[in-house]
Amino acid sequence: MDDLLKDFLAETCESLDVLDSEIVELEQRPGDPALLGSIFRVMHTIKGTCGFLGLPRLESVAHAAEDVLGRVRDGELAVSHGVISQVLAALDRIKELVGLLGETGSEPAGDDTEIIAALRQIASGEPAPSHSEPEDITERKAEKSGTLFERAGGASGIDAACELACSGFLAKAGEGAMREPEMLKLQFALAKGFEVALEKTPGMDIADVVGCLIENGWTSDDVMLLESEIAAAFRSLSIEEDDIAGLVSLLHRKQPAAKADVKKETQEKEDTKKLQPARETPPAASERHEAQGQTQTLRVNINVLEDLMTLVSELVLTRNQLLQIMRSHDETPFAAPLQRLNQVTTELQESVMMTRMQPIGNAWGKLPRLVRDLSQELGKKIDLVMTGADTELDRQILESIRDPLTHMVRNSADHGIETAGERLAAGKSEHGTIELTARHEGGHIVVVVSDDGRGLPTARIREKVIANGLATEAQLEGMSEQQIQQFIFRPGFSTAAAVTSVSGRGVGMDVVRNNIEKIGGIIEFQSTEGAGSRFIIKIPLTLAIVSALIVECEGERFALPQNSVVELVRINREASKGLEKINGRPVYRLRDRLLPLVSLGEILGLPDKEKTSPEDNEGPESMYVVVSQVGAFVFGIIVDKVFDTEEIVVKPVSRCMRHISCFSGTTILGDGRVIMILDPNGLASAVSAAPHAEASALGGQHEGGARRNEAVSMLVFEARDGSPKAVPLSLVARLEETDLAVAEKAGSRTVLQYRGGLMPLIDLEGKPADRQGRHPILVFVDGQRMLGLVVDRVVDIVEAPLDLHLAGGSRPGILGSAIIAGQATDIIDTVHYLRQSDADWFEVETESPFGAERERQVLLVEDSAFFRNLLIPMLTIAGYSVTVAEHAEAAISLCEDGGKFDFIVSDIEMPGLSGFELVRKLRADERLADVPIVALSSHANTKDIERGMEAGFTDYVTKLDPKALLNALSRTSVNEIRKEIAA
Amino acid sequence: MSATLQPTGFGRAGETAMEDYVTMIVAGQTFGIPVLNVRDVLSPQIITRIPLAQAEIAGSLNLRGRIVTAINMRTRLGLPADGFVERAMAVVVEHDDEPFSLLVDEVGEVLSLPTRQKESVPATLDARWREVSQGIYRLEDRLLLVLSVTSVLGAIGVEPVHGM
Repeated sequence: MDDLLKDFLAETCESLDVLDSEIVELEQRPGDPALLGSIFRVMHTIKGTCGFLGLPRLESVAHAAEDVLGRVRDGELAVSHGVISQVLAALDRIKELVGLLGETGSEPAGDDTEIIAALRQIASGEPAPSHSEPEDITERKAEKSGTLFERAGGASGIDAACELACSGFLAKAGEGAMREPEMLKLQFALAKGFEVALEKTPGMDIADVVGCLIENGWTSDDVMLLESEIAAAFRSLSIEEDDIAGLVSLLHRKQPAAKADVKKETQEKEDTKKLQPARETPPAASERHEAQGQTQTLRVNINVLEDLMTLVSELVLTRNQLLQIMRSHDETPFAAPLQRLNQVTTELQESVMMTRMQPIGNAWGKLPRLVRDLSQELGKKIDLVMTGADTELDRQILESIRDPLTHMVRNSADHGIETAGERLAAGKSEHGTIELTARHEGGHIVVVVSDDGRGLPTARIREKVIANGLATEAQLEGMSEQQIQQFIFRPGFSTAAAVTSVSGRGVGMDVVRNNIEKIGGIIEFQSTEGAGSRFIIKIPLTLAIVSALIVECEGERFALPQNSVVELVRINREASKGLEKINGRPVYRLRDRLLPLVSLGEILGLPDKEKTSPEDNEGPESMYVVVSQVGAFVFGIIVDKVFDTEEIVVKPVSRCMRHISCFSGTTILGDGRVIMILDPNGLASAVSAAPHAEASALGGQHEGGARRNEAVSMLVFEARDGSPKAVPLSLVARLEETDLAVAEKAGSRTVLQYRGGLMPLIDLEGKPADRQGRHPILVFVDGQRMLGLVVDRVVDIVEAPLDLHLAGGSRPGILGSAIIAGQATDIIDTVHYLRQSDADWFEVETESPFGAERERQVLLVEDSAFFRNLLIPMLTIAGYSVTVAEHAEAAISLCEDGGKFDFIVSDIEMPGLSGFELVRKLRADERLADVPIVALSSHANTKDIERGMEAGFTDYVTKLDPKALLNALSRTSVNEIRKEIAA
Repeated sequence: MSATLQPTGFGRAGETAMEDYVTMIVAGQTFGIPVLNVRDVLSPQIITRIPLAQAEIAGSLNLRGRIVTAINMRTRLGLPADGFVERAMAVVVEHDDEPFSLLVDEVGEVLSLPTRQKESVPATLDARWREVSQGIYRLEDRLLLVLSVTSVLGAIGVEPVHGM
């Protein structure tokens, strides 16, 4: 592909992107001559260049579109929806052609007559004047009396306009944009510039002035504002509208000049009627480029920038090395030049980083078009407001947020904004607004995508969360609205079939979150029903050079990205205050929270020098805990030493080590040493995986058998001694938080008026609760009965496989301890408390006429210690005599040995023989053919129940519903007795 | 060159087509790598160990600002490597645009050997050795195994892994 074509492609692609949003803008501001002029010019340039390069398809489409735009500009055609749509369609075709041209190097064959015909029809649709060929501004100007300079009011008129424009600009650009003396200078420069441009007198013309402004840090917004102010100023001086367009167009150097040339060249070409070899014209073109050589931007290949960045990184490293060396020499002649080198390097680094910076608007460019198309498609009225488009960030990051942003805006338009009718009915304005803002905030960029649509009702999210099994109702009960809203980022949230009208809302939000988190960002969602919703994204400015904390573990150094480090804690090993072990897992009491710890050495498999295990305090006398945060998960990393923080250049890990999730990169330190950069995400997953690994290790005794994963939701809370306690969430009906001062005394009990009844309140020791302070209360409900257990703090709700590792021993009210979320946690025995409060809680159902005649024998087949411990006391209290079998095989041999049972209660999922197989085996034995066998399962759906019944179970209950089990047992008793009577 | 100019000399030139090898010694055995593959030869370096990486990966080292992965050739060949890394010489090679250094006991001279004399590797050789060798030369006083850089690195997960 020749250079000329490449240049054309690069330039055209850029202008097409701009055109997209400008045309949409035009629809909103149809009367804006500057905007119209700019659109027209771009289209004209494309047409001209295509003709020049011999691209007939592109040329003809652009030409037709230009015709339409020309007529709009001349005021012969009103900007209507149809016009804009048709122009956009033409634009799409041009884009498609340009895309193919870029791929193949030649214009693809095809037919555009349809689109051209449509454009022509639009162009001629209105009462049309005789000529259809659009005229150039400069040409038209000649037809009028006098030069543009004269018509603009001469030097005095221009002066006045510039003065007006400058004061207008000063007023609108806001404080700090420019001080008055500077503004005065600008005013003169502008006036002079106009004169130079129009009268061709020597000096800086107006475009140069604008160029200077840009060089001096003016943003394109500022320039645009100035432009519109100038247009307004001329208008107020009653200059004709198209003269204004002409004057304003002078501000842009490139287009008018290029247009004139191209126009001339195309004419020349047409004149000769023969294809003039394009080779003859490049000199003219390059001359033109040279003439414009003072332009302020330069197109640079991205690879060059990337290489430059790499080189600068290396320079930074070498500089760090030199500085390190210098520190160990007090008097050295190198000190001064090194200092200078240091400074220059820092500046160079910053400048190179700047070249990678791009305004976030680049990622937004396609959004106006997207919103327009969507609003048309959906029949909604949507405005897109974008502020802070010039906020700059690293291009690598820009690329990563482009898709998530598009996705969120699409979601807002699609699901957030209501139709005009709905909006009016809700008392809102007909037009919905999607707002996109970006701003700097201390080394981060904060991007907010908000809409004023219907919002996402938390109730709907709840429904969906429950429907998709992401959490139970009881879990949600304890969550704040804000917490519940974050569920939309959960992977499972979107997978379900469209249940509600909201369902589509969450589509792919988990992907969005992943993308944002991948670049170290955070995303949050807020929504108010009826008022709208907003996504808040916080992303770092750059990824290439980060600040990192250097830590040491077992003699090896590692870098830990500073942005995930929350704080550092030094622990004296001897006192080891606050450091505790729960079943070998270290935890640390940091102020009011329990911090799960992970030893870096252990995760990385570094050999422990001398120490046999980390709890032996024979290592160095102190150690450090780096408190880190990944998303909402806070954990501590145990390291031996902490050094200072260093700016490090992140380099990718070699391919052969990329599978190690603990490392995110590698770098060279100031002393020239290579060190690995730890990935807090990887470490965090190591922390949360650790207890799991342990559980499966403990379960290893059932080798071969599929280890069942009965994850149970546990409510973790603190009471009495501050150590974590937990209770299966499904046993808790509600969570309340009440000031206990309102509780009353009734006899020896503390009671609370609650939901029209009296609820006894007890503390963890089973005693009536103290009537003071504000406390969370776990409410257990059974029909009309209620019991409130007063605790100090609800910590969390955790989904964890339940394995009791320690029996409760003699401690009343404690079933035992289990590892939950990496901490040893006491599981409380709810039955104990219920009995404390109401001795007859569990006896209700058994006080049946047939209940007490003899003690009924129950065989409980259950492999989980937790459920055994939960069920045995309950069944015992209810008057059953319980025999326990830990697995199906044991149960069979118990029965074969002649054990007589009135009921058998069996778990379904067990290692070895399953409950189904067990019941089939038992039913095969004629002695046991009639024994009621109740299935226990953690999940019961109709299919399971059917299957269970088929296998021979009498009844089927959910594990975590002890009452249901008791009911089932009484029910079967009744049936038994009826059968007996019938017999 | 001369071969193409002088048709009569063609046969002779073919006989004398030479290939240059950088020789190196790992646990007493001489190996050779085509000289064009070798980027650099380094004296013993500070090598940062990489926890959790494969045993063959001795660590990473800094070569003028580039991070180079060091491969312990003794481990790669299934030989004991106690205390080897600290005193090993490093031969830097490039594989798939990524630099690697092969840690060896010694680096010797560059030998120019006629390709015609290259023989295939004896089938009785240990599989780990056979896998990394391209051929063998009978030198006067010893044997020289030609190392295939691709094979040496290929097995260490350097190749993109497909279908994990």
